[in-house]
Amino acid sequence: MAEVAYDSASRIFSGNPPVRAVDQLNLDVADGEFLVLVGPSGSGKSTALRMLAGLEDVDEGAIKIGGKDVTNVPPKGRDIAMVFQSYALYPHMTVADNMGFALKLRGVDKGEIKNKVAEAAKMLDLTKYLDRKPKALSGGQRQRVAMGRAIVREPSVFLMDEPLSNLDAKLRVETRANIAALQQRLGTTTIYVTHDQVEAMTMGHRVAVLKDGLLQQCDTPRNLYDRPANAFVAGFMGSPAMNLKTVPLTSEGAKLDGVVVPLSRAALGGASGESLSEVTFGIRPEALGIVPSSEAGMDMTVELVEELGADALVHGAVRIGDSSERFVVRVDGRTPPTLGQNVKVAVRDTSEIHLFHPETGNRLDG
Amino acid sequence: MTFDASSPRVANPAAAARATGFRRGTRSTAASIGLHTALITASLIAVFPVFWVLVTSFKPDARAVETTPKLFNESSLDNYVRVLSGEKGDFLAWFGNSVLIALLTTAIAVFLSATTAYAASRFLFPGKRSLMLSFLVVQMFPFAVLIVPLYNVLLALGLQGTSLGLVLVYCTTAVPFCTYMLKGYFDTIPQDIDEAGRVDGLSPFGVFWRLVLPLARPGLAVTAFYAFLTAWGEVAFASAFLSAADESKTLAVGLQVFVQQNRTEWGHLAAASIVVAIPAVVVFYLVQRFLVTGLSSGAVKG
Ligand SMILES: Nc1ncnc2c1ncn2[C@@H]1O[C@H](COP(=O)(O)OP(=O)(O)OP(=O)(O)O)[C@@H](O)[C@H]1O
Ligand SMILES: [Mg+2]
Repeated sequence: MAEVAYDSASRIFSGNPPVRAVDQLNLDVADGEFLVLVGPSGSGKSTALRMLAGLEDVDEGAIKIGGKDVTNVPPKGRDIAMVFQSYALYPHMTVADNMGFALKLRGVDKGEIKNKVAEAAKMLDLTKYLDRKPKALSGGQRQRVAMGRAIVREPSVFLMDEPLSNLDAKLRVETRANIAALQQRLGTTTIYVTHDQVEAMTMGHRVAVLKDGLLQQCDTPRNLYDRPANAFVAGFMGSPAMNLKTVPLTSEGAKLDGVVVPLSRAALGGASGESLSEVTFGIRPEALGIVPSSEAGMDMTVELVEELGADALVHGAVRIGDSSERFVVRVDGRTPPTLGQNVKVAVRDTSEIHLFHPETGNRLDG
Repeated sequence: MTFDASSPRVANPAAAARATGFRRGTRSTAASIGLHTALITASLIAVFPVFWVLVTSFKPDARAVETTPKLFNESSLDNYVRVLSGEKGDFLAWFGNSVLIALLTTAIAVFLSATTAYAASRFLFPGKRSLMLSFLVVQMFPFAVLIVPLYNVLLALGLQGTSLGLVLVYCTTAVPFCTYMLKGYFDTIPQDIDEAGRVDGLSPFGVFWRLVLPLARPGLAVTAFYAFLTAWGEVAFASAFLSAADESKTLAVGLQVFVQQNRTEWGHLAAASIVVAIPAVVVFYLVQRFLVTGLSSGAVKG
C-alpha cells in the first residue's frame, strides 16, 4: 500500500504538431484512496495511467509511488497490478495459472500460490472455473479473472483502465458495486479510469477530470457536482448535463427571456470584478421547475419529453436574446407536460446557479 | 373425413424434409453424392502419382516401364535392400547429411526469424522499414542468379563444400520468408498481453519467451515446416556448394545417380524417393495439429 504522486508529469507524443497527451499533471493520491480519472475520449486518461504503470515514458516531471521516484523504473519494479480494458488474459494458461503467474515469477512457493489463488477465486466466485482456459469463459467471468490476477499479487497500487466497458449495462452496475466494495475491504490505493461519469461519481473517493491532457479539477464527487471549477466540468459531470447558456448580465442578475435571475453576491462580485457584460450561466435540470403560468418565469415550448419512471426530462426551447436555446428540466414523472405545450419554467433555488466566465469558462465566485 | 384428416399429415413430412434441406450442415442426398464423387475423384488424381511411385518401387527395373502396367509384377523388396545397403552409392550417408542439414537449417532459421520478427513486430527502431523491405526484395531473385555470388561468399569464408555453408545458404532464403510470416503472426497477438506480462514482472525477453512464443506455436510450426522443406528437397544449391565426394552428398543430389544419361533405374529411384519422402511426412505429421490456428482466441474480450 502506498500513496501515488504525479509531479508535473507530461507525456508528449512526437508528431506534427506534437501531442501533449498528458500535460503537466499534478495529482496526489493518498494511501488507500480510490481515485477515478474521468474525461472524454482522447483526454489522456489511459496515457496517464500507463505512465504510472511504466508502460509509457514520462517526458517531463516525475512519478512517485510510496514516496519513491519511479519515473525510470520498469513496470516489474513498481509493485503495481493493472486491469486492462481488454482484460489481456494469457490465453494459453488456465484461470488458476493466469492468476498465479505473477507470484510464480517472483518465486513464491507453489502451495502458497495455490492458497492465494483459491482465496481470491472464492472472493470473486471463480472457484468453479480455475481449470478452464480464458476462451471458455464469458465476458463477465473474464473480467473477474482479470480482477483476480490483480488481487492475488497484493500490490501496493491497483490500476484499472475501463475494466467494465465490455460488460452489459446490468452487469456493469453490479460489478461496479463489487469493485468498490472490494477496494474498501482491501484498502489498496486504486486509480480507476473511465469515461463514464456515473461510474466516476459512484465509485471514487475523489474524481479527477481530464480534458485534452489537462487536469480540470480533482475533488470529491459531491464537490465536483456542487461546485464545478469550470464550465467543462459543469457540463461533463451529471446526467443529464447541466444547462449552460451565455446570457447578458445586469446589475441585479442574469437576464433570461425577460426574467432576471438574481445572483449571489460572490458571483456578481466575481463578474463585475472583470467588468463582464455577459456570463455563462449554468443550472442543473433538477434546479429548474415548471411553475403555474401566473408566476414569473421563462416561456418554454416543450419539444421532447423523456419519461424515466420516477421523473421525466422535459426538453424545450427558450428565447434568449435573438436565438432560441434548448433547456432541460427535470419534472415529476407522473405529471409531465405534453409535446408542444407552452410552460413556464423558473429557477427553484438560486443557490444552485453556477456562473462561469464566458471566454475562459472558469467559475466566477472563486 | 379420411381425406381431411390425412392431408395435413401428408403435407407435413414434405415441408419438414424441405426445411431439413436448408438447415446448416445437412445436404440433400443428390448434392451429397455429387460432392463426394467430385472430392473422391480429385483425391484419386492427387494420390495416384505417389501411389504409382510406391508400386514401382517394388518392381525390378525391367518391369518398371511397360506398355501394359500391372499392379503386382515380380514385386519384391530388392530395390529397398539394394538402395539401403549402399550398393548404388552411400545412401545412408546422404540421408544423414540431409537430416543434419535440414534440422540445422530449421533450428537456425526459426531462432533467427522468431527473434527478428518479434523485434519488427513490437519495437520501433531506425531502419525497420528498410529491413523488412530488403527481406521482401531478397525473395524476388531467382535461385540461379544467387549461385555464383553465394559461391564466392562461401569461398571467402572458407565454408565452401561444408554442410554448415549450405545451411547458411538455405537460411538466406528461409530466414527472410519466415521472418515475414512470423511477424504477421506476432502482430495478431495483442500488445496488451505483452504489457500485462511486463506488469506481472516479466522482462522484455521474458515476455517473448513465456508469452509470445507459446502463443505463436502455430506460426512457429508452419515456419519450421517451411524451413525444413526448403533444405530437404533442394538440389541446385546442394550440388553446387557441397563437395563432390559421394559421402558428403544430400539425398536430393544423391538421387541423381539413378538417373543417368541413357539409362534410368526406375525401381531404385522410386524406392529411394519413398524413403526420402518419409521424414517430410513425419515432420508434417508433427506440425499439422498446429497448422490450425485459433490458439490466441480468448485473450481479449470476445
Ligand atoms: N502512441 C501514440 N502516438 C501518438 N499519439 C497518441 C499515442 N497514444 C495516444 N495518443 C494520443 O494521446 C491522446 C490521449 O490518448 P489516451 O489513449 O490517453 O486517451 P483516453 O483518455 O484514454 O481516451 P479513451 O477514453 O478513448 O480511451 C489522444 O489524443 C491520442 O490520439
Ligand atoms: Mg483509454
